[in-house]
Amino acid sequence: MSDIGAAKERKRELNLGGQTIRILPEELKAGGIIPQRQKGMVTVRFAAPGGRVEAKHMAKIAELADKYGRGYLHFTFRQSPEIPFVRLEDVEALVAEAGEVGASIAGCGKRVRVPTACAGCEYNPNGLVNTQDMARESYERYFGMDHSHKFKLSFSGCPVDCARARENDLGFQGQVEPYLNPDNCTGCSLCVQACQDDALYMDPSIEGPRTKRGMPVRIEEQCISCGDCIKACAFDAMLPQRTGNAVYSGGKHGKHPHVAYPIAEFVPEEKVYDVIEAVMAWYRENGKKGERIGVTIDRIGINSLRRALKDVIGEYLLQQEDIEKPRWRKVFFHGVADALPEYEQV
Amino acid sequence: MSEAGEGLKPAKSLDLRGTPCPINFVKTKLALDGLAEGELLEIIIDEGEPCKNVPRSVKDEGHKILEAEDIGGAFRLLIVKVA
Repeated sequence: MSDIGAAKERKRELNLGGQTIRILPEELKAGGIIPQRQKGMVTVRFAAPGGRVEAKHMAKIAELADKYGRGYLHFTFRQSPEIPFVRLEDVEALVAEAGEVGASIAGCGKRVRVPTACAGCEYNPNGLVNTQDMARESYERYFGMDHSHKFKLSFSGCPVDCARARENDLGFQGQVEPYLNPDNCTGCSLCVQACQDDALYMDPSIEGPRTKRGMPVRIEEQCISCGDCIKACAFDAMLPQRTGNAVYSGGKHGKHPHVAYPIAEFVPEEKVYDVIEAVMAWYRENGKKGERIGVTIDRIGINSLRRALKDVIGEYLLQQEDIEKPRWRKVFFHGVADALPEYEQV
Repeated sequence: MSEAGEGLKPAKSLDLRGTPCPINFVKTKLALDGLAEGELLEIIIDEGEPCKNVPRSVKDEGHKILEAEDIGGAFRLLIVKVA
């Protein structure tokens, strides 16, 4: 009999802070309890949406690792702290004690996982959007919902993409479109130096009240909307025009990595949840059991998902002429963009 | 030329050509720390990466850049210390 089977014989149900969980591997995983190779041992995973954990939760988790584990924590690749080597019979007490301070366990298996995120614009100098708010809000709304397979959400604050928006089932990535206020530009060309994407050049013939050296010109199709020019500008001349989120879907890593399809750009934060719900509804309708959404998109076609999003974010959807621009081609590894199918006009 | 910093004399000058990020900014910050409010610091930084980082960090520290000038392979910045 397996360890889990043996445990099941001993006790059929665990009361985990109000949730009753029967001890079956998939259901243990639903509750963030991962069977170990050692008999009767499990790893207990805690939720840390966006990688943020309240200090009082962390202090309690650390205390519990001493009490029930082996005195250390492990951080998963999706930012969750977990306590290895917990005896199955101690899980109930551990989870209850964690629940007393409000720390809750994560889930794994075929459902919406705890969203990951970078620090975002709250305090990271590069952050363009509030990834922490979006990770927390989407955790509150969608965490644990069942799907055909796992469903991973991530939020990156800028095109550096630390949260790997292109490697998640649904990923969001902050972006900003710059514009030049010609009245403030001194023609110093610091912005041209700051741009790593050949999206700015100096035109010495452009005149303005503060410049005798011309002004920068932006090549829209090269610009990846990172905002480095805005940050470099010392004279409040290069400024943010609009800020939003690029949307990617269908990415995953694992044994068979899959790069996400680019879906939309400059989606405002208030529309992000509509996007998540529409993509999940499409996946629920079209996904086969055990199939990640990237594979579903491959099988049914990206245009089916794009059509499903038309009413939600029609004006922000990328069209064929967009994904042919260097700005979208170069954010993928060499040649990957060549494999994108034809995007129908929707 | 009609730039704001023209003709103003810096209290201190630093040639940071060949000094990589972030040491160039650290030296800039230390130099600014040694100035009185309103005094000027002139720095010369390499083109490329330093131009992306140093002006931004100077701004983030609350100081004001009066002038930035491409001097060929390097940029000259004139910074006024803000307390």
